[in-house]
Amino acid sequence: MTIPMYVSPEQFMKDRADYARKGIARGRSVVVLSCREGILFVAENPSSSLHKVSEIYDRIGFAAVGKYTEFEHLRVAGIRYADLRGYSYDRSDVTARALANAYAQTLGQVFTTESKPYEVEITVAQVGPDPAADQLYRLTYDGSVSDEPGLVAMGGAAEGVAAALADGFDPTAPLDVALRRAVAGLARAGGRELGAADLEVALLDRARPRRAFRRIPGPEVETHLAAADGSGTTPTDQEG
Amino acid sequence: MGDLRSLTHGAGGSSFTELLRQQAPHLLPGAALGESAVAGAPELPHGTTIVALTCADGVVMAGDRRATMGNVIASRDMEKVYAADDYSVVGIAGTAGIAVELVRLLQVELEHYEKIEGTLLSLEGKANRLSAMIRGNLGNAFRGLSVLPVLAGYDLTARQGRVFSYDLAGGCYEEAAHHSIGSGAFFARGALKKLWRPALAPEDAVRVAVEALYDAADDDSATGGPDLGRQIWPTCAVVTADCTRFVPAPDLERIVTDLVAARRDNPGGAR
Repeated sequence: MTIPMYVSPEQFMKDRADYARKGIARGRSVVVLSCREGILFVAENPSSSLHKVSEIYDRIGFAAVGKYTEFEHLRVAGIRYADLRGYSYDRSDVTARALANAYAQTLGQVFTTESKPYEVEITVAQVGPDPAADQLYRLTYDGSVSDEPGLVAMGGAAEGVAAALADGFDPTAPLDVALRRAVAGLARAGGRELGAADLEVALLDRARPRRAFRRIPGPEVETHLAAADGSGTTPTDQEG
Repeated sequence: MGDLRSLTHGAGGSSFTELLRQQAPHLLPGAALGESAVAGAPELPHGTTIVALTCADGVVMAGDRRATMGNVIASRDMEKVYAADDYSVVGIAGTAGIAVELVRLLQVELEHYEKIEGTLLSLEGKANRLSAMIRGNLGNAFRGLSVLPVLAGYDLTARQGRVFSYDLAGGCYEEAAHHSIGSGAFFARGALKKLWRPALAPEDAVRVAVEALYDAADDDSATGGPDLGRQIWPTCAVVTADCTRFVPAPDLERIVTDLVAARRDNPGGAR
């Protein structure tokens, strides 16, 4: 009689977590941060059609890194969840917190019961009337959820990007300053130059009345990035 | 709805109506009435006259504000013209309760598609989705709970305004220049026929729309006329390549006041 193989729960979870982390670390990074005008999403994403950043509902946006098919499933499910909830109750009853909880449950279930965990990390953000009222929820592959104060970095070089941005982070900075800092952080951690064509940028605009999400097109991104050259101080210079 | 996995797979694609049919069919417009609803319509508020016409930069749609229940005025300030999305508007005539639900569903349907696909539906696509919704209400229509909308929008491909009308079976017909629905439609249509010109400037088209509603209110008791005392003006929307916008109250007040003055002692309205 063969002895059944025993794997301790600790080891089982650790293996799965390692697997998911490795998958996520291969991808490029995304930064979500509060600024004066709203919540800014900056993704290093050379594709103009496969998005890493998306509108979910009126004041709620979504950003993800990892395996595209997996986070695309989650994105669509989030939109369906939000639209169903808003239609059944009222538009004001759709909140990022409830959506983050639903995502957390789903990711947790998949992590423990499916044959493999999702190799994704996502951020759900809800824009408020001022930066202090913004809500950013970061969700990892195992379903753990954390409430971040104004700044989330995810993906391959997330730790490096987060460290670079957290230093002197100002959630009330104007849009162009926040964008330049985010791009500089992504570029430094990734070890490559980033132009408007390598970026996917979107804003949850505080000033817009209902649907706050708007994509910022390449030329506009270029203008914001170029503004730094004129003033002679790039974010990199400021940080020495 | 704790676990989103029930929402990640399965049919429905980018249609919110299909999703609703699977997840919460009782929320479909008019669904709660079920088969038990008796033949012979109960008295419910009805929306009345809507006019839509093309103009140089797009389309204009206007609606009166009266809702009636038999011979009683149920509401003096009901909205019957809604923005379906940034480039289309929908006007409703018929049983108000179901019509309002239908508009809400259409709005979510279009927004849902836009978010999931990352692109707008074509104007024909929007018109066809509305067709399917009306067809879904056919059972109720036979019980007297009918809804007949009119859809108008700016076609971003053809670069022009277009108007679509419907029948109870969901048949969708494109109107060449202008159209009117509701109990005052006969009278409004007569006015539109005389006043409409090709490539009207949007502000002139708004004036024509208001004048057509004035004529409808003149002869149809269910259509509300301009209410100067209460300062209630018709709802008026203009759709162009830029956006859908509603004409602000001060502008409407001016148009209505001028119109009423021009018609004094001159019911034909000849100018």
